[in-house]
Amino acid sequence: MSDHHHHDDDWPYPHPKQPDTEDAPFTDHMAMAEAVTELLIDKNIFTADDMRKMVEYIDSKSPAEGARMVARAWTDPDFKGRMLKDVNAAAKELDIDAGTIPIRCVENTPEAHNVIVCTLCSCYPRMLLGLPPDWYKSRAYRSRVIREPRKVLAEFGTDISDAVETRVHDSTADLRYMVLPMRPKGSEGMNEDALAGLVTRDSMIGVSVIKDL
Amino acid sequence: MSARFAVGDNVRVREAYPPGHIRTPHFIRGKAGVVSAVIGTFANPEELAYGRPGTPKQTLYWVTFPQTGLWPDYAGPEHDTAVVDVFEHWLVGEQQ
Amino acid sequence: MRRHHDMGGLDAGPVEQTEHDYSPWEKRVDAIMRLLSDEKCQLMSVDELRRGIENLGPGAYDEYNYYERWISSITNNLIEKGVITVDELGTKMEEAKARWQETQA
Repeated sequence: MSDHHHHDDDWPYPHPKQPDTEDAPFTDHMAMAEAVTELLIDKNIFTADDMRKMVEYIDSKSPAEGARMVARAWTDPDFKGRMLKDVNAAAKELDIDAGTIPIRCVENTPEAHNVIVCTLCSCYPRMLLGLPPDWYKSRAYRSRVIREPRKVLAEFGTDISDAVETRVHDSTADLRYMVLPMRPKGSEGMNEDALAGLVTRDSMIGVSVIKDL
Repeated sequence: MSARFAVGDNVRVREAYPPGHIRTPHFIRGKAGVVSAVIGTFANPEELAYGRPGTPKQTLYWVTFPQTGLWPDYAGPEHDTAVVDVFEHWLVGEQQ
Repeated sequence: MRRHHDMGGLDAGPVEQTEHDYSPWEKRVDAIMRLLSDEKCQLMSVDELRRGIENLGPGAYDEYNYYERWISSITNNLIEKGVITVDELGTKMEEAKARWQETQA
């Protein structure tokens, strides 16, 4: 999404260099991860197959699943009600496995805009939306969005009118959060699949809104 | 265990700064807010973190804080809020 | 006391909107934690992971990337619990490095 990180002219990829993967191909921490995995398999804590399946499961998770839920919530008020009560249970209705950690959905309205952060670590609804973007885990985001949400949202190109309440949720404990963004104007005739295509990951974190069509 | 506070109650976060693994962020210590939801009971993370079972479970609340009450120099409008998950043992009742 | 990981409200620069594709080793670290904390295994809680990360201290916390913190915490927890020993960990790490060296030859 960000194309302003091409600091290195020889760097052909749309993402910044990762010092752990490209510059230092095998670090102590990578060796540690490999060693711990082997030891846990040797000690029958889990099997190599468990490991392979779990990595596949992690790979299978993406914001698309959350987007499907948002699209259904936009078109089915009863589903929306159930989703706002219990995301994990509502996910099952769409054959989505959102895991066992309770996920709460907070709804954006014309009166209130929600945004999610974890100031103490980097809690994120990874069982539903996949692994978080790096900026979500960054010191800058974790420090600032709780204190100057409007300024941080503006850095994401999101301007919230002063008439609207900004509500920052700090997921400090046992819940994970996702935002139900507002349905954009002009999407009235669209079917659920097309609507899901409009829903971005960032709109479900709350740093962006879905622009009217 | 029953919840000591209900939605709408005025509460204040204890102003305490113990070391250890604590899920009550520094920026709400000593601050006043309103209970906006009673979430349920969860094992106490301050115990779980050290390999203990974390019982008795603690009631977890959503506490809504006005941003202007958290940051004296808050730049946005007065209706802006922060909502934080806070465990019951970090809250005291507050007369309004 | 205020601990270094408890950063809500502190001054910081602009949010650099960086992201990267997670590499296989990062996903494996995530998978280790999920397997250790799942209902079947219950060998380690998320709060033990968090405590271990916080206890790396401010230097390592800022120097390590995300999954470096995770594997450091997981490893320390497993040693504390007696699941693995320092000695076998060291041996396995040397073996892993040697295998990688061979692929570079």
